[in-house]
Amino acid sequence: MKTDMILAGVGGQGILSIAAALGSAALTNNLYMKQAETHGMSQRGGDVQSYMRISDKPIFSDLIAKGTADIILSVEPMEALRYLPFLREGGYVVTNSTPFINIPNYPDTEVVMKTLQALPHHVIIDADTIAKDKAGNVRASNFVMLGAASPFIEIPFEYLEDGIRAIFSRKGEDIVEMNLKGLRAGREYALEFTQKA
Amino acid sequence: MQKQLLLGVEAIAQGAIDSGISGVYAYPGTPSTEITEYIQNSKEAIARNVHRAWAANEKTAMESALGMSYAGKRALVCMKHVGMNVAADCFMNAAITGANGGMVVTAADDPSMHSSQNEQDSRVYGKFAMIPVLEPSNQQEAYEATRYAFALSETVGSPVLMRITTRLAHSRSGVETFEGIPENHLHLPEDKRQFVLLPAIAKRRYKILLEKQPDFVRASEQSPFNRYIDGDDKSLGIIACGIGYNYLMEVFGGNCKYPVVKVSQYPLPRKMIKRLQRECKQILVLEEGYPVVEEMLKGYPGDTNILGRLDGSLPRDGELNPDLVAKALCFPTTEGAPVPEIVMPRPPALCNGCSHRDVYKALNEVIASYGEGRVFADIGCYTLGALPPFQAINSTVDMGASITMAKGACDAGLFPAVAVIGDSTFTHSGMTGLLDAVNEKTPITVIISDNESISMTGGQESSALGKIESICRGIGVEPEHIRVMMPVPKNHEELCRIIREEVEYKGVSVIIPRRICIQKAARDAKKNKK
Repeated sequence: MKTDMILAGVGGQGILSIAAALGSAALTNNLYMKQAETHGMSQRGGDVQSYMRISDKPIFSDLIAKGTADIILSVEPMEALRYLPFLREGGYVVTNSTPFINIPNYPDTEVVMKTLQALPHHVIIDADTIAKDKAGNVRASNFVMLGAASPFIEIPFEYLEDGIRAIFSRKGEDIVEMNLKGLRAGREYALEFTQKA
Repeated sequence: MQKQLLLGVEAIAQGAIDSGISGVYAYPGTPSTEITEYIQNSKEAIARNVHRAWAANEKTAMESALGMSYAGKRALVCMKHVGMNVAADCFMNAAITGANGGMVVTAADDPSMHSSQNEQDSRVYGKFAMIPVLEPSNQQEAYEATRYAFALSETVGSPVLMRITTRLAHSRSGVETFEGIPENHLHLPEDKRQFVLLPAIAKRRYKILLEKQPDFVRASEQSPFNRYIDGDDKSLGIIACGIGYNYLMEVFGGNCKYPVVKVSQYPLPRKMIKRLQRECKQILVLEEGYPVVEEMLKGYPGDTNILGRLDGSLPRDGELNPDLVAKALCFPTTEGAPVPEIVMPRPPALCNGCSHRDVYKALNEVIASYGEGRVFADIGCYTLGALPPFQAINSTVDMGASITMAKGACDAGLFPAVAVIGDSTFTHSGMTGLLDAVNEKTPITVIISDNESISMTGGQESSALGKIESICRGIGVEPEHIRVMMPVPKNHEELCRIIREEVEYKGVSVIIPRRICIQKAARDAKKNKK
């Protein structure tokens, strides 16, 4: 098995917590993983991306080649589109629908949505609302996103649950449970969404 | 034994802790910062009381590490590539003194300039100083190479340079760690004059360094990190340096049909390179950064059988990636779908509520009455003042250059000449320039935009904290021209008035708008809540 993902968002949106859960999931299950991320200047409200690679065989490159990523997982809709050159044929775009508008020339959000909807394989999810409704806290939204991407990640769902348990165990059972609820709600939504499509 | 998920930089930090270091000396800089932060947060390092406070700049860091090495203990120095320029005086001479306790210098290069003003290649510094250089290809190697580097440093009696680049520094992977070794005992060098670089001694020490060169080559040839991997197709031989090796293996799925020399330690493993040259028709060099190895092999006026960044097989600038390496090897690549036209660039920006915003708003308003092109800035978050909406600054060159460039421009007759510098950058390299201006009573206005933290790299403790006014007074700035104020929107008029007054003063003035970085304040509040 092998899954190559681009995680995308805007500096400060916390995409690295998604990466941490995935990394922990991979490591505790003896899978190979590499995850390259952006630090420094670009974190100040700029676009940020992380390359996430998980495999049962050794991984060489820290970066993903163009046209080969299985999934683009974006916590911001315009940022999902920025990494399309990396997506392979048949790959999935899983994105949050809430725009993060911190530039004056942000495109018309309806046009962004239409562009996303025109992609052959996509899941568009209002992660903030689902996090609030199903996990009881908007802070679970990044794990709603991970849950929404989980049907396309070639590792067992339980591994992801373990990953969340591992990174949040120090913060108490409530936090773990909140994020697990978010994860499951995201997965459920994605499965329904793709069945409808 | 146990596997941990570590960034490349964290693997180096853990490697250093397990090598029994007694101190880490560093100034923050992307992509090197987390090495020191990891050690600062390490339970083991805290229990051992490993020195781990930030230094004022890279030069003071390097010198302190050399002092620790003199005393027989192991020291790690970390910085970003441009920090090597600041520390170069000590670095070059440390090659002459040699090391007593193991000394490893980690330079984190940033090809493609993700967060830097150039993409200089620190391997050139290694060659310049004529000391061994390690360039690990992955996180596991980064851990092991750090432990090896400390041992090598003591065996050959020389500092060792560890060169990494952004993609290894900031990529995570599982790393297997091994039991650490205890710290060295205090022990002075046998030759008490080894570190006294008087010409007579320096000449002798330099000869010793020259005599060690064959040992360094031998170490590279026997290094666990350098390998000759034979291949059937001798039409091409490949030299893959550092993480260039990963991209090569990625393209070939782990099995390269051409002979390969994997290089992670310099000077180059001579025998392996000679064999590759002997057996292969052409040689492709894959290296991150400058064409260092390629230039050596190519020679002058240039052997056309050596391929790489100089003949166009690979781009001359920027970092490598799997696509570029695939193209250089004539493998098919996929382009993927284009980026839709509606996608707009999202450049980094000063945070909402950041004090630098208040400073630039006021400065722009005052400067408008004099004409543009009069503001010399420095390295830090406030460099973002170059971008819209402020477009307030006209230079950003190196740490501290704001004050001295303003001085030079003022000497040339430019009026007004305003410097904008952060608190930590001021104590890093701004103080000496301020002294030049004070000594000549050069009429410049220095704005030390003080947010009480090293913010761009994540809010580390600034050496300037609580000291700026007294430093300025000590340097000789007249107390009535050291103006401290609180930069918030409601004080906009006050800041404009202060800038106007001090710009008109015909001597050195320092304005200190002071308000804590909002990111730092938020992090501190969170910490205190716990």
